[in-house]
Amino acid sequence: MALTGVISPGYVQLRVLDLDEAIVHYRDRIGLNLVSVEDGRAFFQAFDEFDRHSIILREADTAGLDRMAFKVAKDSDLDHFAERLLDAGVHVDVIPAGEDPGVGRKIRFNTPTSHVFDLYAEMELSETGPAVRNPDVWIAEPRGMRATRFDHCALNGVDISASAKIFVEVLDFSVTEELVDESTGARLGIFLSCSNKAHDVAFLGYPEDGRIHHTSFNLESWHDVGHAADIISRYDISLDIGPTRHGITRGQTIYFFDPSGNRNETFSGGYFYYPDNPRRMWQAENAGKAIFYYEKALTDRFMTVNT
Amino acid sequence: MTTGSHRIRIVGGGEFSCGEGERVLLAMERCGSSDIGVGCRGGGCGICRVRVVGGDYTTGKMSVAKISETERAAGFVLACRVFPVSDLLIEVG
Repeated sequence: MALTGVISPGYVQLRVLDLDEAIVHYRDRIGLNLVSVEDGRAFFQAFDEFDRHSIILREADTAGLDRMAFKVAKDSDLDHFAERLLDAGVHVDVIPAGEDPGVGRKIRFNTPTSHVFDLYAEMELSETGPAVRNPDVWIAEPRGMRATRFDHCALNGVDISASAKIFVEVLDFSVTEELVDESTGARLGIFLSCSNKAHDVAFLGYPEDGRIHHTSFNLESWHDVGHAADIISRYDISLDIGPTRHGITRGQTIYFFDPSGNRNETFSGGYFYYPDNPRRMWQAENAGKAIFYYEKALTDRFMTVNT
Repeated sequence: MTTGSHRIRIVGGGEFSCGEGERVLLAMERCGSSDIGVGCRGGGCGICRVRVVGGDYTTGKMSVAKISETERAAGFVLACRVFPVSDLLIEVG
């Protein structure tokens, strides 16, 4: 096993204004399996994910991010990373098993951009996950947009370089790609990978901390992005932009909003990343092409709307 | 103008029609008007914050981080969550 330490994005907990409306959106439109609803929270799993859940929705009076979690390879990694976080001056809370159903103990920390992250090693396997013995491509045909998995989050805040530094120096992520204002050296966007993907989490500069720009789901093909677009129109889902392609990561994508205003992305493609790859860089003056490769122009909504 | 629709006027701006049960922001987009900023259309982001200065309306759920109870009582709303009950006069910004 070459992939060690932090191995993948695990789950995200989002706040929604109306849980019933949100369940329809995430289950029937994006196509996730509803695993359970308990104590005002709904848990979902994408059809191609092995673990119990990857999306948690909590009904609240605001929208936005509660926390994002990454899975580590083994339980002792939690102690290892807790120690390294403390050495880097990052406060760590140890959350005993049981806060979320089916999830083992967790290490919780905050970033300088006021985002809360969990690390965990253990989660129960899903009852509706992929088969492993003579495995068919799916157990039941996927619904809605046919999201295969929760893929990543993009998070907004002020000192994104300081947040990214924790991921690189403490959690061994790589910066795959950056959007840089070369006149000041300021980073406007930082894309980080713990794996073979172009990004597992991204930080985007914004004047306020603690915001989430989007939660992203993987689709199998560019054709599926078109199918997602059809669903967005058919069910009057609030569209942001797309279908289009990103220069950064090269993902083929469409952005839309859940019924509480949290931005979602469904995308396919993007390059494979290996740790020896040179870092890719986009100059701020080419931000339009970097973000929207076909339109070559940013939109106010994409840059300023978040939850 | 269709039956059961209301006239929405923007102070210092244009006007458009909005059906009963239609959300003001979406009616504005449908009519090709652009006086109010369009964000998430879900009550979460706060971009379409306006003040209703005349007329009656009902609202759906809105983030309290964007519209507090006090502000709500003073007529501040997110246009994406406003349903007109009569003609409305709306102040933007």
